[in-house]
Amino acid sequence: MSWRDNLRIAVGGIVSNKLRSALTVLGVLIGVAAVVILVAVGTGSSQAVADQIAKLGTNTLTVSATGRFGGGRSTTGTQSRTASLTIASVKALEDPDNAPDVVSVSPVASTSVTATFDGATTTATVDGSTPSYLAAENYSVAAGRAITDKDVDDHARVIDIGQTVASELFTSGQNPIGQTVQLGSASFTVVGLLAAKGSSGLQDADAVAIAPYTAVEDVLTGYSQSFSQLIVQGRSASTLNLAQAEVESILASANDTTVAALPFRVLNQQTLLTAATSTSRTFTVLLAAVAAISLLVGGIGVMNIMLVTVTERTREIGIRKAIGAPKGAILTQFLLEAVLLSLIGGVAGILAGLVGSRFRIDGVQPVIAPYSIVLSFAIAIAVGVFFGFYPANRAASLRPIDALRYE
Amino acid sequence: MSTPVMHAVPAEGGAAPDTAVPVIELRDVAKTYAIGDIEVHALRGVSLTVERGDFVAIMGASGSGKSTLMNIIGCLDVPSRGWYWLDGVDVRTLDEGALSRVCSRKIGFVFQSFNLIARTSALANVELPLAYMGVGARERRVRALAALDAVGLGDRAAHVPSELSGGQQQRVAVARALVTNPALILADEPTGNLDSVASDDVMEIFDTVHRAGRTVVMITHEEEIAARAHRVVRLRDGEILSDTTRDAP
Repeated sequence: MSWRDNLRIAVGGIVSNKLRSALTVLGVLIGVAAVVILVAVGTGSSQAVADQIAKLGTNTLTVSATGRFGGGRSTTGTQSRTASLTIASVKALEDPDNAPDVVSVSPVASTSVTATFDGATTTATVDGSTPSYLAAENYSVAAGRAITDKDVDDHARVIDIGQTVASELFTSGQNPIGQTVQLGSASFTVVGLLAAKGSSGLQDADAVAIAPYTAVEDVLTGYSQSFSQLIVQGRSASTLNLAQAEVESILASANDTTVAALPFRVLNQQTLLTAATSTSRTFTVLLAAVAAISLLVGGIGVMNIMLVTVTERTREIGIRKAIGAPKGAILTQFLLEAVLLSLIGGVAGILAGLVGSRFRIDGVQPVIAPYSIVLSFAIAIAVGVFFGFYPANRAASLRPIDALRYE
Repeated sequence: MSTPVMHAVPAEGGAAPDTAVPVIELRDVAKTYAIGDIEVHALRGVSLTVERGDFVAIMGASGSGKSTLMNIIGCLDVPSRGWYWLDGVDVRTLDEGALSRVCSRKIGFVFQSFNLIARTSALANVELPLAYMGVGARERRVRALAALDAVGLGDRAAHVPSELSGGQQQRVAVARALVTNPALILADEPTGNLDSVASDDVMEIFDTVHRAGRTVVMITHEEEIAARAHRVVRLRDGEILSDTTRDAP
């Protein structure tokens, strides 16, 4: 019996009952397509999360003064002295000898205000900082100019506004540059328009206005010695952990304490990215597991239909055995039929998965993971072999005398 | 009870030629079925020798044990007691796999209900035993076409069973039985499902096959069909009632 003979017999078996075969194939198809699509959705969403974090800058550290939980380290509770992030801290961290992996340090005095221009209002986050803040936070200026060190020194009431603020306050024909907008109770002059950054998680990164911290302290937050946050830009994403260590040791010595008892929280974007990635990987695995169950159900469908087929063709099996079919030939015939069913389902499922993954699903653009295709295809074949074996073996083990008597 | 494993020249029944072993040799074969607590004796010690080139009809009413005998001869069933040599091979020494292999080589079956494989052309049906023997595609085709020609259906090779009349289907089945060149053609009521014209056709084929020197054993309950055989063995209640050989024509 050549492979071609076996294949012809198996195809004949499948074709002889088209509807039933089609329904069986459909079960496998749905399973495989579900695996491909759901893994693609998982991959797509994890990529979206990674992209959002990358928008915030993957090489920045955020140092917060609300440091009772000190960067994940438990503090002893004996820490009663309040530590603060001051302009002195900024200067200390910018020291290229002690912190060679730090590029810039930007203090942030942040507040949320209602911005008004010519009757139009919107809510914006005003980040009072230094020019280095824009680079650290991945902002670029689309039109006009960025705030300068001179603006900071002069306490100049100038702002760079994000796209959301611009579109809320100005009509499409208006040039915002040079206009004066009301932020809360103070008026600021728009000097630059920031390029769109898109939303990052919960926040709209374009609903911002960036001003010199000196001006923000003057008229919005009120002057204080300390900042709520420092944004530290590291040299690169790969050396961010070094930069973090340097920042922590400098802050610790400046505050007469140890790194472990540091009263600041140092948030590492790289760590955040890793955490988010591992979370979304878990999510992907979960989705794949759910899809795999439907593939399993499809496999049981194959087994069910093969059992029916074997029963239905008992007489044919008897004839084949009586005219000399060895056990192996019968086994191969039915196993091949089962594998062929799941193979067709697998190929069709992959095609359906590829098509289905072209659509946005709940705001996530699915990204096809090549491994999911290989995996689901392999599982589909394995399902065919596994669930086909029992019925095929049952057919092969029939005694011809019983099989021939069967009506 | 000691079991002779090697084939022995039968002590009774006269001189068996050393050159040719009998195609079938049954000695004291019995078959007992247990149906519930009741033992049914389908065969009660049957001894039968069929020489090469014989054309034997086995006759008997239903319940006479002829189907059981046919199953045992065809290796579809094993005797409860006794010995059976098929073409010199003691079938009791073979395991199940070897048994089906040996029997399918040595026996060509013709069934009452034709038993062709549906949706498969006459040619493919006849090729099938060769395919299971591992004969190559080209040789298979040549031999299958020759076998179909021999039963007068060379022009119907591409037809599927549902497109053939009963007589034609049975002739395809005979071609399928012949194609492997078996030592024995074993036919179970080959005309049972056929009208008299088709029966005559099929019996012509068996005559031709027999004249070509093949051994044919046919189970039947029709006297006129049995009359075409050269030897008629009658069974009753699991025993041989009579065994008559017609003078050679």
